[in-house]
Amino acid sequence: MSNGVVKSTSQIVQKEMIGRNYDRITGGDAKVSSTFVPGNLNELLMCFDIANNLPEINAIQNAMRKKSGDMIMEAERAGHSEDVCTYVKADIGMMAKGNIAPNGKPFPDPDILLLSYTGCFTFMKWFELLREQYKCPTVMLHVPYAADGKPTRNMRDYIVRQLKDEVIPALEKVSGIRFDIDRLREYLRKSAIAEDDMVWMLESTKHRPSPIDCYFGGVYYMGPIFTAFRGTDEAIEYYRLLRLEIQDRIDKGLCAQTPEGDMPEERYRLVVEGPPNWTSFRDFWHMFHEAGAVVVASSYTKVGGIYDYEGFRHDPDHPLETLADYCLGVYTNRNLPTRVDMLVRNISEYDADGLLINSIKSCNSFSAGQLVMLREIEKLTGKPGAFIETDLVDPRYFSAANVKNRLESYFQMIDQKRRAGGSAAIVA
Amino acid sequence: MEFKSVKEIVDFCQELFDDIGFARAREWKAAQPGRKVIGYMPVYVPREIIHAAGMLPLGILGGGADMEVIHGDAYYQSYICRIPRSTIEMAVTGKLDFVDGMVFPSICDVIRNLSGIWMLLFKDRYVRYFDAPQNFKDDIGGVFYSNELREFREGLEKLAGREITDENLRNSIAVFNENRRWVNKVYDFRAAFPWKAPSAEVYLLMRAGMVLPVEEHTRLMQAYLSAAEAGKRRMRDNCRVVLTGVFCEQPPLNLIRSLEISGCYIVDDDFMLVNRWLLGDVPADGDPIGNLSRAFLHHSAQTAAKYEPDMAEKGRYLLDAIRARSADGVIFAAPSFCDPALLDQPMMISRLEALKIPYITMQYAENSGQMQPIREQSGTFADSIKLWSAS
Ligand code: SF4
Ligand code: SF4
Repeated sequence: MSNGVVKSTSQIVQKEMIGRNYDRITGGDAKVSSTFVPGNLNELLMCFDIANNLPEINAIQNAMRKKSGDMIMEAERAGHSEDVCTYVKADIGMMAKGNIAPNGKPFPDPDILLLSYTGCFTFMKWFELLREQYKCPTVMLHVPYAADGKPTRNMRDYIVRQLKDEVIPALEKVSGIRFDIDRLREYLRKSAIAEDDMVWMLESTKHRPSPIDCYFGGVYYMGPIFTAFRGTDEAIEYYRLLRLEIQDRIDKGLCAQTPEGDMPEERYRLVVEGPPNWTSFRDFWHMFHEAGAVVVASSYTKVGGIYDYEGFRHDPDHPLETLADYCLGVYTNRNLPTRVDMLVRNISEYDADGLLINSIKSCNSFSAGQLVMLREIEKLTGKPGAFIETDLVDPRYFSAANVKNRLESYFQMIDQKRRAGGSAAIVA
Repeated sequence: MEFKSVKEIVDFCQELFDDIGFARAREWKAAQPGRKVIGYMPVYVPREIIHAAGMLPLGILGGGADMEVIHGDAYYQSYICRIPRSTIEMAVTGKLDFVDGMVFPSICDVIRNLSGIWMLLFKDRYVRYFDAPQNFKDDIGGVFYSNELREFREGLEKLAGREITDENLRNSIAVFNENRRWVNKVYDFRAAFPWKAPSAEVYLLMRAGMVLPVEEHTRLMQAYLSAAEAGKRRMRDNCRVVLTGVFCEQPPLNLIRSLEISGCYIVDDDFMLVNRWLLGDVPADGDPIGNLSRAFLHHSAQTAAKYEPDMAEKGRYLLDAIRARSADGVIFAAPSFCDPALLDQPMMISRLEALKIPYITMQYAENSGQMQPIREQSGTFADSIKLWSAS
């Protein structure tokens, strides 16, 4: 325990892993690529010994350290609009402020920008902007939107073709290492092992009480698989350890773990749609802890890949095709009816009291359409929903009082509903 | 339709523009049993394929300045641009009830997600998210895109209940080539004689092309050009600007007027890129799908919605427009909360600054009411350009 924060062994291990990745990125020995969490081709980068730097993770780290506000202002002073995604501005502002990594060392300029355009239009502009700064090779992987719910053969072939003819040659050139498909297969095999345990973790919240929180806690648990560790032995070990830890909590009948210790009582079980707010992450979580609310499933734990909906696992027998399927399947690359179906299933399978949407000002990819999703999900489940609005990393858009009020009203509504039946929504 | 004067033509276009119930398109549909109308949103869809199916492509560009949005706000948060909410408003209030299908092009996540909203709300309608490649090589993006075009064609065939033959497609390609040539002639004419073809007029003329059958629109442009060429209008001492960033949510007509009144002739713009997206004629013989695909890959407009693989080429389209139209400066106008336009802007600005080309930036919504600040800003810009070029 440090700073009054209760941490489990897996959390300590996870923190060390992320720290090690930053040391590798800033160490000067490895070539470095920047790429995004959704559509993150970690196994492929590993084939070229390229370190994986993820700008969203940097923005999150800076937000949790209360540094992102200044960085965003810096970018706005340099001419970036107040109205656009704050991850982009936090990243650009960070460069302007010396580009210092969380380990205190300066980030090197990336050797390559791997523009995996998956599930979000803004990614394209973001890396076009970074390319202006770094003037380094930039390779685009265009992942078509799965607009009809299911990826088509055409989409998959297109991605595979880009991997073969564009991405792999670019990575070979930057690294000086020849692509070895058997090496990729081996990493993918490891990915699948970790993914099995990771899905077990996600589904452990079906227990009552839920042993973990799958939104606030979930972002830590997803860390290794969503970042630079998918395909590694470390990830296998991490998820094995996490599984043991969670099993132990289940055996002991413990409620979800929070930074303030185990929740004494589980009063509400929620499904949450949308990313968390990072600048007031602890305060936000505290509001749930206080109310005895646990998040049993969240769409944010699907943002870097979906493993618990159709049973997807990386498939070493079809290495490039499986990377294509992975990219096509990430949450924000799914159409709205599929997102609705996923959340409806989560509500019923995890026996949740309803859906809470945390709508992010910055993020059209997630947010556009969420009000319609809310109504549709309420209709289909008969469970009440609620809608709050915050931002990812811009502290100006987190109003603790508003959020707290809304949550309290929502919890009251769930109580009423339990007493009387029926459904109603709180919409901002 | 027989038009004599510019005024008659412009009045006709204004009437079409004001009619958010789309009476004209409804009439077209009712004129023959079995006709179908396909709505499409910015920024680009190959209208040739819709036309080849015997259907009317109908451009949906939001509700405009005057339409009151009552329901739309329950669908969208305040920090999302206005075009999706006013489009939804039109749909839920029955203004689009005659539209048999909607096509949502890949321009941004808002329009992308609107395709899903449509699927959820209008389950019986044809909905297509129209994806275009961000890889522009024939054997990669070209293969993907040709297959997407084929899928689009098959979807419309199903809806039409008939085959769309290659011959149908070649004919439609020729019809749209003709239309595009006239669009370009109007743009060239305005750039040469901006006082004879004020931008608000040209805008209305192009908007008419969003709702009229393409052949009718071509005739309308022909009539406009001959009337405008013959017209005697006073040349003003305005500066010449390229207006950019307006490719999706449209600014109010008043904003366009205000820019000219305050001293800026708009000599190029990106209002309705769909009618100028392909930069030249598409070959009207041979494989029509392959031809449309190659035109997209190699001869289409550069805009924020498209990736530019070569950094050195970024902004080329804008710089070329400035040169070709002898523009004095650029007005960046972007819809509030528009990620594509606003994120692209700093990159465009850096190109202009390197060449010392003057510019201003402004934001709007389709229903922005206050024009005074816009007029002051563009008026000051025009004055400074004049001073600068006089010195
Ligand atoms: S718009 Fe959303 S998904 Fe895209 S970069 Fe920003 S936060 Fe990420
Ligand atoms: S105005 Fe911009 S953000 Fe809004 S729908 Fe159009 S392109 Fe997307």
